[in-house]
Amino acid sequence: MKEFAASVVKEFRHIFRDKRTILITMAMPVVQIILFGFAVSTEVNDVRVAFCGDMSDPAVRSVVDRIDNNGYLRIVRRLSDPGEITGVFRRDEADAAVCFGRNFGGNLAPSGHAQIRIIGDGSDPNTARMITGYIKGVIQDEQGDAEVSFTGERKAVMSPVVQLMYNPAMKSSYNFVPGVMGLILMLICTMMTAVSIVREKETGTLELLLVSPVRPLWIMLSKMMPYLFLSAVNFTTILLLAHYVMKVPVNGSLFLLCVAALDFVVTSLALGLLISVISPNQKTALLICGMGLTMPTMIFSGIIFPCESMPRVLQWFSDIIPAKWFIIIVKKIMIQGTGLASAAREMLILTGMAALLLAVSIKSFRTRLQ
Amino acid sequence: MRIMGNNAVEIKGLTKKFGNFTAVDNISFEVRKGEIFGFLGANGAGKTTAMRILCGLSRPTSGEGTVAGYDINTRQEEIKRHIGYMSQKFSLYPDLTVRENIRLFGGIYGLRDREIEEKTDALLGLLEMRRERDKFAGALPLGWKQKLAFSIAMIHDPELVFLDEPTGGVDPETRRRFWEMIYEASESGTTVFVTTHYMDEAEYCDRVSVMTDGKIAALGSPEDLKASYGAADMDEVFRTIVGRAGKEDRK
Repeated sequence: MKEFAASVVKEFRHIFRDKRTILITMAMPVVQIILFGFAVSTEVNDVRVAFCGDMSDPAVRSVVDRIDNNGYLRIVRRLSDPGEITGVFRRDEADAAVCFGRNFGGNLAPSGHAQIRIIGDGSDPNTARMITGYIKGVIQDEQGDAEVSFTGERKAVMSPVVQLMYNPAMKSSYNFVPGVMGLILMLICTMMTAVSIVREKETGTLELLLVSPVRPLWIMLSKMMPYLFLSAVNFTTILLLAHYVMKVPVNGSLFLLCVAALDFVVTSLALGLLISVISPNQKTALLICGMGLTMPTMIFSGIIFPCESMPRVLQWFSDIIPAKWFIIIVKKIMIQGTGLASAAREMLILTGMAALLLAVSIKSFRTRLQ
Repeated sequence: MRIMGNNAVEIKGLTKKFGNFTAVDNISFEVRKGEIFGFLGANGAGKTTAMRILCGLSRPTSGEGTVAGYDINTRQEEIKRHIGYMSQKFSLYPDLTVRENIRLFGGIYGLRDREIEEKTDALLGLLEMRRERDKFAGALPLGWKQKLAFSIAMIHDPELVFLDEPTGGVDPETRRRFWEMIYEASESGTTVFVTTHYMDEAEYCDRVSVMTDGKIAALGSPEDLKASYGAADMDEVFRTIVGRAGKEDRK
């Protein structure tokens, strides 16, 4: 135990002496949260809408007013011809355009059929889809009200009311906070652990430790300790930022959330050990982590692209990414506020992965020593 | 169980295979207690593999033996506890200070805090490095690093110390002073097992072995070897043995 303590102290010294690395590690979650929170936001907010239609038509005016009065949308200009839309988008003067058909009000009153076109800027497809969907909703509201006023009595129309549970405001922070959590923990625990072990392999100092009476497994454990500590610090940072800056609630049990994080951290550390065993130098370790881990985690864990819309084969592939399961658990506990019972399956899968990876990495590490 | 004899190392029929490749081919030798034993051989002759087995880092494919009285096949943990190890390339952590390096190795060899303090003080005094104790090890001149590394390898008073090319890349004067330290250790009863590429250093050893192609081609005191090969110095002996092995390869 004394021997173990000595090597843990050493590992902490290595890390805290390397000011640049420690700074990057500490700043990384902050930067990521800010980046995802403010820069890559897909929320509909302050959307500039241009429109093209006859302002003397009361029906048109009514729709335009409704759009302009909406808190998230604002009318920026009127176009005299639909052909101008391209120019407006190119000069970045509007985010969306609404085109009313000819004789809009005249068609609407007798038949209830009038044409209206919503045009989004598809060069940013995600935002465009959100914005057009939002405008469509606003116009549908108008339509519902119009039907009442035209006929004097309410027709039996079905008007669906869409309500998003757990995230009524459609805040993207509810999606990316769990994602960033998974990504950061994985980076710290897998990449940094792997690189730090491989670095000692490269300089040869690992031999020096292995030839000492400290058991090889304890040496590896002591190398993981600082990263365990760092990941705890980062986890706390993300939680605090998420709660106080991004206003993401922790609806479920905080304790359960920590248990899930620990589970994921163990999985990542085991993965880090495995990568360190198979890579001969730091470059390889970084490449494996970057291409084989960070990228697939970004793509397949549902941070950016929803797994449900992927082809079946890719969905299977996404199942082997530990971060995916962790992110699902975090979403369930943090956002939905559910208990252990509903996240049990994912927890079990993650624990299974941790056990398997730990067994494989320890075994391959042992064989490597022979 | 510990077999205590007059030998620090006893090896019989040691073989290590990696797949089809035989790195160490059925070697047998002893190292006597308190002796300075030179372990020579060209690069790739199997020196490192053999030494790794002796240090308890690797298990032999076959063969048996003891190091510091402990079986190399079963008692690797005890072996590690009773040997010291130093290598020229990497024996100190450059980002730890002199004192922290001493502390670390004292710690991982299981010394108590008090012992570590005493050792640190004695060591710094002996090496005249008191003023440098809070300097980073990486900032020390190479010669100092090696002396410090050697002292650290001896921190737990091992019965046997392995030195893997301890003097690579140092000037002759520093090398000479380093060998004085080795002699001191030997005189106080520690067995020294050293690999080197410098043949003048081979002359300083009590006995040397020369490995070629995984086998021990020659073993004896430098005087005996020089006499039996009719050579003026160890350099000639080495070149004769290694050259002969090269010719056999070509046949």
